[in-house]
Amino acid sequence: MGSTLVEKVFSRRCGSDVRAGEVVMAPVDAAMIHDITGPLAIRTFLEMGGERVFDPARVVMLFDHQVPADSIPAAENQAIMRRFAAEQGILNYDLREGVCHQVVLEKGRAAPGEIVIGSDSHTCMYGAVGAFATGVGSTDMGFALRFGALYFRVPETVRATVTGAFPERVGPKDLILSIIGDIGADGATYRAVEFCGEAVSSMGMAGRMTLCNMAIEMGAKAGIVPPDETTWDYVRARRPDIEPFPLASDPGADLADSRTYDVGEFEPQVAVPHNVDNVVPVSRVAGTHVDQVFIGSCTNGRYEDLAEAASVLGDGQFSDRVRVIVIPASRDEYLKALRAGLIERFVEAGALVEAPCCGPCMGGAFGLIAPGEVSLSTSNRNFRGRQGSAEGLVYLASAATAAASAVRGEITDPREV
Amino acid sequence: MTEQIERESGGIRTVEVPRSAASPRVWKFGDDIDTDAIIPGRFLTINDPAELARHAFEGTRDEFAQSVLPGDVVVGGRNFGMGSSREHAPLALKGAGIRYIVAESFARIFYRNAINIGLLPLTTPSTDGFADGAEIAVDPSGGRVTVDGKEFPVEPVPEFLQRIADAGGLIEYARIVGEVETCSTTSR
Ligand code: SF4
Repeated sequence: MGSTLVEKVFSRRCGSDVRAGEVVMAPVDAAMIHDITGPLAIRTFLEMGGERVFDPARVVMLFDHQVPADSIPAAENQAIMRRFAAEQGILNYDLREGVCHQVVLEKGRAAPGEIVIGSDSHTCMYGAVGAFATGVGSTDMGFALRFGALYFRVPETVRATVTGAFPERVGPKDLILSIIGDIGADGATYRAVEFCGEAVSSMGMAGRMTLCNMAIEMGAKAGIVPPDETTWDYVRARRPDIEPFPLASDPGADLADSRTYDVGEFEPQVAVPHNVDNVVPVSRVAGTHVDQVFIGSCTNGRYEDLAEAASVLGDGQFSDRVRVIVIPASRDEYLKALRAGLIERFVEAGALVEAPCCGPCMGGAFGLIAPGEVSLSTSNRNFRGRQGSAEGLVYLASAATAAASAVRGEITDPREV
Repeated sequence: MTEQIERESGGIRTVEVPRSAASPRVWKFGDDIDTDAIIPGRFLTINDPAELARHAFEGTRDEFAQSVLPGDVVVGGRNFGMGSSREHAPLALKGAGIRYIVAESFARIFYRNAINIGLLPLTTPSTDGFADGAEIAVDPSGGRVTVDGKEFPVEPVPEFLQRIADAGGLIEYARIVGEVETCSTTSR
């Protein structure tokens, strides 16, 4: 019987044949903590009798959720982490680099075949480079910081094969929203989702990140794209010491489920309140008034997303009735957008451009919405209260749809602008 | 949250909890209860369970934090705890004195976090018969819960997690094991 990609990652790291369903104490190649979940992880590490972390070079630390600190408790949490980093010799990116998941990949801290954890649910994004990556809580993180290993139940795999070529103004975000709409918010719980097919292999890294980022929104433990030339180019630009090696599911591998999607006829998609799997084509909600548009987050805050938004905007203006907040996902993405003139264009058109961070995505810092207000966001969650008032409404869409809606002041099909 | 009243009489100190924790009640929730509902993002700078408990379900079910009593049981439908990895969510429930959560299914990270901090998430085929406010008794080792006198089965926690649950959580477990054997496997 063949093995899945995920089974191979565990087998390779453990030096023995490991199968889905087995529980394994697997080594952790990298562990990421940020300002929200880090302080608790440090506390549990210490409570477990931890003195030195397993390997400071494998710990990624940064602050992105509430930066610059927006309250005294946030400042205190960051101070605790800075002290810990200094004591332990951990490289702390602090608040300089941007949103955690983007930074982990940009800095080459995850690579094909590695096992990476983060105390954040969207850690599954690193599957974009062919790593097995999953989000854990702070206590699991404390354990991993102490022992350099963690219990994993090796997940079964659901394969999403994507064929066809995207029509204009339709892209990876529309694809992942419709996959989530199809599979459901808990349809892949405990499983890994493997994305393949020509529409995925022709996608750049940015699009693959968008896909894997949202695997958790179907309950999945991980999302993963089999590494190919695009992956190895990206990884080797950051980790030239790594030699490419083949890593893919065997043809006869046991799959829990297999689905096929053809993007050739796809329309832009929107997730309507209050669940990510409430997905409809944009035409069904076009005309809905919006108060705030957020273009950013680990899901869609990369240069490619900002460029798509700017191309929809053209030389137009954002509607006066909408507050438009644009936040590049990282310093690198910010610089790329800046040098390409995108930032200037957004500011001219009336947007607020903020420094790289999570921003309104989590409703923890700034950019909250009032009761009755509507937010259209390129992020990944539209749960009740996620971006402020529990009586507010959050819609999720691509950067193209967000930009079109910001221009018109209502949810708009980007192909019409 | 409950106000605990401490009394000294005849040299014996007793702690009285209004509405006895001996008659725990069901707090019934629906499907897909997410961690943003359990504890909204703006409270995540708080790390203390008791303090977190004061904001549990704030904005979506305010009366929970106001009148939950230690020993009460949170009951959900499918996919309880979906969303973020924030351990603040199970910690807020623990801080409110919850020990058991019964649901038809759990989101993966929440499930594991709950066990890690010493809460027991129990799965039952259907929670349709669990009325909000009903009296509930949980007997995890007997594999059942009793709601208003009616019994329902609950499934055991997977073996490797049961060891952590038995230790009282992952911190206690880590203290007991001292070190780990990497790449050891246990099936299921
Ligand atoms: S951008 Fe949003 S989803 Fe991504 S890490 Fe930040 S809060 Fe989480």
